[in-house]
Amino acid sequence: MPEQTESAPLLELSKCEQIFRTKRGDVRAVAGVDLEVRPGKVLCLVGESGCGKTTTARAAAGLTRPTAGWVRYKGEDVNTMDSASRQAFREAVQYIHQDPYASLNPVRTVYSTVTAGLRRHKLVKTRTEARAKAAELLELVDLTPAESYLDKYPHQLSGGQRQRVAIARALAMGPQVLIADESTSMLDVSIRVSLLNTLGRLRDDLDVGFLFITHDLAVAKYFAWDGEIAVMYLGEIVEQGPTPQIINDPQHPYTKALISAVCEPDPRLAREKKTVRLRSSEIPSLTALPSGCTFHPRCPLFEPGLCDASAPPLSLINGDARRLACHVVARDHGPARAGAN
Amino acid sequence: MREPILSVRDLSIVYRTGRRTSVTAAQDVSFDLYPGQSMALVGESGCGKTTLGLGLLRLLPRLGQVSKGEIVYRLKDGMSVDITGLAKEELRRFRWHEAAMVFQGAMNSFNPVLRIGEHFTDTLRSHEGEKRRTRAEITARATELLSMVRLEPERVLKSFPHELSGGMKQRILIALALALEPQVLVLDEPTTALDILTQRSIVEQLHELRERLGFAMIFITHDLGLAAELADRVATMYAGRIIEKGSAEDVFYEPRHPYTVGLIKAVPPVIGDLPELSSIAGSPPSLADLPSGCSFHPRCEWAVDACRETVPSLTVLTPRGEDGGHAAACLRAGDIEYTRKVVARA
Amino acid sequence: MSTKTKKGTGGTLSVLWQGITRSPSGFTGMCIVVAILAFVFLGRFLVDHDNPTDPDALWLPMSGEHWLGTNFEGKDTFTKLVLGGAEPIWVGALAAAITVVVAVILGALAGYLRGRFDDIVLQATDITMTIPFITVLIIVASYFRNISPLMVALIIGLLTWPFLTRSIRAQVLTLKEREFIEAAKLQNLGTTRVVFVDILPNMAGYIFINFIIAVTNAIYAIVGLYLLGLLPSTAENWGLMIQQAWQNSAYLLPRALPFLLAPLAMIALFQVGLVLVTRSLEQALNPRLRER
Repeated sequence: MPEQTESAPLLELSKCEQIFRTKRGDVRAVAGVDLEVRPGKVLCLVGESGCGKTTTARAAAGLTRPTAGWVRYKGEDVNTMDSASRQAFREAVQYIHQDPYASLNPVRTVYSTVTAGLRRHKLVKTRTEARAKAAELLELVDLTPAESYLDKYPHQLSGGQRQRVAIARALAMGPQVLIADESTSMLDVSIRVSLLNTLGRLRDDLDVGFLFITHDLAVAKYFAWDGEIAVMYLGEIVEQGPTPQIINDPQHPYTKALISAVCEPDPRLAREKKTVRLRSSEIPSLTALPSGCTFHPRCPLFEPGLCDASAPPLSLINGDARRLACHVVARDHGPARAGAN
Repeated sequence: MREPILSVRDLSIVYRTGRRTSVTAAQDVSFDLYPGQSMALVGESGCGKTTLGLGLLRLLPRLGQVSKGEIVYRLKDGMSVDITGLAKEELRRFRWHEAAMVFQGAMNSFNPVLRIGEHFTDTLRSHEGEKRRTRAEITARATELLSMVRLEPERVLKSFPHELSGGMKQRILIALALALEPQVLVLDEPTTALDILTQRSIVEQLHELRERLGFAMIFITHDLGLAAELADRVATMYAGRIIEKGSAEDVFYEPRHPYTVGLIKAVPPVIGDLPELSSIAGSPPSLADLPSGCSFHPRCEWAVDACRETVPSLTVLTPRGEDGGHAAACLRAGDIEYTRKVVARA
Repeated sequence: MSTKTKKGTGGTLSVLWQGITRSPSGFTGMCIVVAILAFVFLGRFLVDHDNPTDPDALWLPMSGEHWLGTNFEGKDTFTKLVLGGAEPIWVGALAAAITVVVAVILGALAGYLRGRFDDIVLQATDITMTIPFITVLIIVASYFRNISPLMVALIIGLLTWPFLTRSIRAQVLTLKEREFIEAAKLQNLGTTRVVFVDILPNMAGYIFINFIIAVTNAIYAIVGLYLLGLLPSTAENWGLMIQQAWQNSAYLLPRALPFLLAPLAMIALFQVGLVLVTRSLEQALNPRLRER
């Protein structure tokens, strides 16, 4: 947004590429992705499963090392930084897993889970202090009364409560960026919203930046309204821009398909809505990517000779803050502006 | 007035949990389903919707049983039958022929060592009764069914389950369920765990099949969006009871039970303005330990003293439409207002 | 119904305790084990440790004075039975403890760290597994003649660790891919803490079961060595009793039979007790069996 002075990005991925070597050949899970996460802002990564969202997120969290490109934290490459900076990065960038049943150690109490990092790094001195700090963190994620949760084991908690504990654990490190990988998708509707509202408070009050991964455009719209959405397909970003633009006026045929696929909780709108029919509902294998634009075998705008010949660059579209990778739309909307990256 | 194809009256389902203990997973459920109609059973996990779905076909696990009420189907030959009284053999003939179920989790519904073709053979053979189909007839029928769900029959019939994607398996399950042309199809979370584009294609598929074959459908879901897309009628379940039912329009635009209101307010829309979303305070009660009176009262912002004592019955609010029109089980149904605050304009 | 089984089960300890007490066979097993332990470790305070040789009372039958009769030297068989249990049991437990400690440390670190350390550990297990430990024991025992029970425990412990090391390593390999371990790593908790505080407690039950199995194996080994007469015949020991009974042809003399059968029965009972306990523990810890 031009009226706001943009703060410097906390976490930056540039030309990030992740190739997995397997018996069946190389799998290009992420192919040259550029992303920026700023304080108090949400960058939402959406796409089907297998599109590289999680791989990108794991690289951003420093859990895997990209095969090419950089992940930078406050301008410094996280894979070559010295151990002190690496430690600072580790603490500042926290990752929240999808499945709250798998991400908590079944034999540890909530207190133990939440304060492990604090105790290890001597950020709390006594047990009383640790318990007080843990209670404070649980309150921050709306687990109240906090005291009653401290000595519980994960199996005594519901899915939503577990996910809150996982978030409290991440917050214990005083993170500046939270990477949330489908962290709300396994929860019931009502619990999901209350968790999203909790995360929204962390974003607005604590200025935490989010890399938020979801397959649900409606959730993306709600959580990232002031932020950006990046749509991924087969390891590449195909459209990226401010959330209201992407949701209300999608340009890439894949984004259009994703948005029209969401089941609208409104019977009349649902009935009137036109859905984008793809030419195929099956996602191609990453080991045998289609030529040119990888979306062409499914794309309703497919033009032979154009789309299957070369890969479209991700470039700015005329008079827009969004970037788009589509030959057909780019041609119909006029040439890309010079200087687009 | 046409006649319902399925009438459920005062149905209760009980699970034995110990030697002397049991929980009631579905209580006093009543509704009518008319030919060709599609009804959504919505609610959060643990509200008893899956139990009810299984109960409708008497597919309950060993420890569960219908303790009260009747489930009356009108059969293809015009006769009516209460399936709560059917013997095992009669039940077997009833299932698939008259009503069929698509279970949750398409991944686990197949035997991994059998090809898809053999699954069709098994289903068609085991429910055939006296006349036994030849191999050619079975292949012809399977081919017809698979093309109906837009799959390539030659390839799919030869495949093993693990060679197919989740969406394909879900389509095959639907095709299998339709094999003997049932009049009622019960689907448990038909799109959960599928990718969003695959979900969409399953939804379209179900629309198309229903138009073409005219079966009635009950689907169980926690996704209100799916209910809005697919259902003519919606029934909301909470703690084992249906607490509101009505046409999709009535339930979505004029919800009259605070729980339904809460559910709707928790679902983000993708089209249009951005409304404020709110969650329902607290968490669902355990079926083994339900609150007194209206089981929703501890979480309800409208609750008054009477709610703690009286169990509200499903009361008709607007009698338009079939199956008693729009009804809600709330003492204060008349006072419930549904408004949504808009946070950002589109 | 998975939530129901999860409810009410606290830590590993209570799962183990319930596993033993809730299954009839496990409970029987525990009773046998406890009874024998009491017989051996409390009984020694009640019997006369001198138990003198008496040339006038060789091979006496069972009587009020000599409950199980006397042996070839006229010593009281019952007293020998009480005194002879301690050594096989504590040597077995010590050998098992050595096996388990070595296996847990090496296996867990190898599985978690991988790389060179893992390679070295795997090499070492391969080499050690090719050494037949009974043969080694026989050679060592016959070479040194005066080998102490402690040595026996050490040798057994140091030769049987590879099997457990491998299975612990395999378990750690899968556990460390679990998300909660990744979450611990993201908190920069350090290797020792992640391995010994986050991973290993999740295998506590498995390790405990393997400890008991190791005890049974070690007891067999010790008794076997005594039976072969390869260990010094100084201490009181069930294995030694069997060997002496054998050498003195107790099996030919009906009234001498208790001297042969009593230690045999004790060993068999103790092992059966341990096996019953491990069986029920395995069931308690295997979630798939638990759900039934």
